Amino acid sequence: MDFIPNTDSDRREMLEDIGVDSLEELFSDIPDDLKVERNLVDGHGETELELKDSVEKIADRNEKPGDRLSLIGAGLYDHFIPSVVSHVTGRSEFYSAYTPYQAEISQGTLTWMFEFQTEIAELTGMDIANSSMYDGGSSAAEAVLMAQEYLGKDKVIVSEALNPRYRDVIETYLPLEEKQIIELGSTEGRIDRGELDEILASEDSIAGLVVQSPNYLGIVENLSGLKEKLDDSFLIVSSNPISLGLIEPPGSFGADIVVGEGQPLGNPVNFGGPLLGLFATKKDYLRYLPGRVSGKTVDREGGEGYVMALQTREQHIKRERATSNICTNQALNALAATVYLASLGPSGLKSLARINWDKAHYLAGKLTDLPGVELAWDQPFFNEFALNFPGDPRDIWEKMKERGVDLLNPDYLQAAGWEDILLVAVTEKVKKEEMDDFVSMLRNEVE
Amino acid sequence: MTTIFDKSEQGKTGTSFNEEPISGRNPEDELDDELLRSDAPGLPEISQPELIRHYTELSKKNYGVDDGLYPLGSCTMKHNPKPMEDLADNPQFKNHHPLVSEDVVQGNLELMYELGESLKNIAGMEGITLQPAAGAHGELTGMLMIRKYHEDNGELEQRRKILLPDSSHGTNPASAAVAGFDAVEIKSNDQGTVDLDQLEDAVGDDTAGIMLTVPNTLGIFETDITEIAEIVHDAGGLCYFDGANLNAFLGRVRPGDIGMDITHFNLHKTFSTPHGGGGPGAGPVGVKEELVPYLPVPVVEKSGDGYELNYDKSRTIGKVNSFSGPFGIMVKAYSYIRALGDEGLRDVSGNAVLNANYLKEKLKDDYEVAYEGLCKHEFVLSGSDVGEGVKTVDIAKRLLDYGYHPPTVYFPLIVKEALMVEPTETEAKEALDEFAEAMSSIAEEASENPDLLHEAPKTTPVGRLDETKAAREPVLRWRKNDEE
Repeated sequence: MDFIPNTDSDRREMLEDIGVDSLEELFSDIPDDLKVERNLVDGHGETELELKDSVEKIADRNEKPGDRLSLIGAGLYDHFIPSVVSHVTGRSEFYSAYTPYQAEISQGTLTWMFEFQTEIAELTGMDIANSSMYDGGSSAAEAVLMAQEYLGKDKVIVSEALNPRYRDVIETYLPLEEKQIIELGSTEGRIDRGELDEILASEDSIAGLVVQSPNYLGIVENLSGLKEKLDDSFLIVSSNPISLGLIEPPGSFGADIVVGEGQPLGNPVNFGGPLLGLFATKKDYLRYLPGRVSGKTVDREGGEGYVMALQTREQHIKRERATSNICTNQALNALAATVYLASLGPSGLKSLARINWDKAHYLAGKLTDLPGVELAWDQPFFNEFALNFPGDPRDIWEKMKERGVDLLNPDYLQAAGWEDILLVAVTEKVKKEEMDDFVSMLRNEVE
Repeated sequence: MTTIFDKSEQGKTGTSFNEEPISGRNPEDELDDELLRSDAPGLPEISQPELIRHYTELSKKNYGVDDGLYPLGSCTMKHNPKPMEDLADNPQFKNHHPLVSEDVVQGNLELMYELGESLKNIAGMEGITLQPAAGAHGELTGMLMIRKYHEDNGELEQRRKILLPDSSHGTNPASAAVAGFDAVEIKSNDQGTVDLDQLEDAVGDDTAGIMLTVPNTLGIFETDITEIAEIVHDAGGLCYFDGANLNAFLGRVRPGDIGMDITHFNLHKTFSTPHGGGGPGAGPVGVKEELVPYLPVPVVEKSGDGYELNYDKSRTIGKVNSFSGPFGIMVKAYSYIRALGDEGLRDVSGNAVLNANYLKEKLKDDYEVAYEGLCKHEFVLSGSDVGEGVKTVDIAKRLLDYGYHPPTVYFPLIVKEALMVEPTETEAKEALDEFAEAMSSIAEEASENPDLLHEAPKTTPVGRLDETKAAREPVLRWRKNDEE
């Protein structure tokens, strides 16, 4: 076997040293009736050459993504990934290590974690960030749990324009029987402030409000004044990190926690994972922070170094009283984001955000020139927008798919309560010609 | 340690974009002033060559499995086969959006379905979700299913207790608590296994279930597991099997055959996918028939000749992940299972257990073994009594000077000065011999010159670091000259 170094003679020697006769005898503590003898998986095992062939055949049963144009976003975005990212994450000193329990031989990991925390704090306009959560949805759920724990309050207001998948994860994570989620409706594609006032006036024990900007419909929410309305209750904002190259960060509006999906920062969409949950907050809430953080300290000679800080919050020490059960997180995806943000820098990120804005507005402009096509809501958006079409959007979706353009299935939107719209996302990777072709295809459908 | 921020210099960049605007519109004209970012984020400004040098330098201050033995107990730090890395990097797999039409991604769905089938067979389970992103996430998923099961039976009000042996993984009680249960500890007996009398006393009509780690964190197989299952089931509870230690019995014992209702898998342990410096992992969860309706959605199903994602499950606990789970990791685990085949899976556990017992044999003269007898894939030593004032942390730090990653320290909590050692099957006998020699030299140093241990490490990029200072005066982000 290619991955097991012991030879038969090694095994014989080792068994002799242990004082048993066979490998099977090492399992003699397990009662025989608990053991299985049957074949558990098909196959005799494959050589590297055979394996490569058989796994590539499975990949080939997908349509080739390179032959298609994808305009699907809805939380994950296909951005350009500079080569430096994979060349750093591909170093096995990084990827074949585990959680930096032994700080003295993990300064590489602990240093980039510290850099990542700084970058995310800067990007979101917050004091501190942790070193990652599983994904945007679980970050949002952990933010709600943290607000509940910190304030000792149990209800949470959730914007209906929050990614419905995040809302699903929040619901799954909130285990108590009584209804704790209060939905906040929207008006003209943005949260309904009047309704928020009513909820705040009539309900007590509100732990926080979860709002997304740009929201699920691509619209930039205006966050100003929200924290003032909420008072002590937490303002929790989910953001697309790329948008923050152009848009004022939630920290400037007094957000208590900023979460988000970090995949757009140097990670592929990868059919949905592994992803990268972002989590940033104010330093006052430090002891309630879920997940791992790297902190600066000194060694015995006074030299600078980093360790996993505040471990007493964590499950392996505090067990059932920990701030979260998260242990393994998304380190390598966070490293990709660290390198990505460092390589782009403030100017690269700003240019990138503007290109996304510009291309999305180009396509939206061309599409709304078509007869009967209009923006579902006339609001500022970033790189994704919702459209009303004449006729059933499912027909458009199906026809475009046949012609090699992938759009978000309107069934997903309908399931979340958004009827009769199409959601279109554009990143810098989409070429002008591709957009023009798509517009001509659609023209044939609507004219 | 110099960060990339210290190397930053205004005006530099490593990745620039230079596309001409095409819309003829300006964000400044269309976004309210208060929505436009006023201050640029303080990101590093650095050129590509400097960036690569920085991260290459950092990588040299790290230690991975590719650098050497990494006997971190309960973490299964085995070799990450390189073919799997390349296979998962295939654009045909990774460049698909999870919400694309299912007929575009039949290959991806087939791979997920087949991986699920293999895992079900390996664990003797009847349903599976690939959604959880890590072991602890799988535990939480399992706990939420137990919750929903009792809720459907109208017993959730009363069944609030999850029983946990004191030798269980640290995440177990935290996962039970996040799911809203009360964690109740069950003490181990002097063989290091669950005390059945204590268990009998603890169960009742308030029992929601038990979480068992097998082999437990002492590396001991719970030989009474079927009795444990019977006691818990008779009381109306369910049995959760923490599968993190599956490397110990892969291809030999199936949790589903021995009374267990739920188990999670750590693809990043048993199935050799890289640990990534702390993730990403993957924690699929297998369940018996009675819990299948509660699995998170979507469920990957076979329909005719094709595969689909089914969201239409009325009794599901919901979603634990925004999309369908860590697909990139599934490709690696699926490939690993194919590479091994049926016989190979048994070779994994056979050699993992052989290596652990062999290493224990080599170390037992110099260190006290916490529990005698055959161990499975790992074993626990005690670092007490090796030398004047010498603690386990000193042994661990001295191991760094010998060029090794130390075992897991101070866990399990039930062994004084614990060192939990898991060599895995991918270490050669020679590597184990060399490690044993290093451990033996350290034991000698501990009695003859304990200061060598107290002062260790001496050869690492930094000396022993002050964790208390990091907790008391937390500095969690870079600022120029550390200004507040």
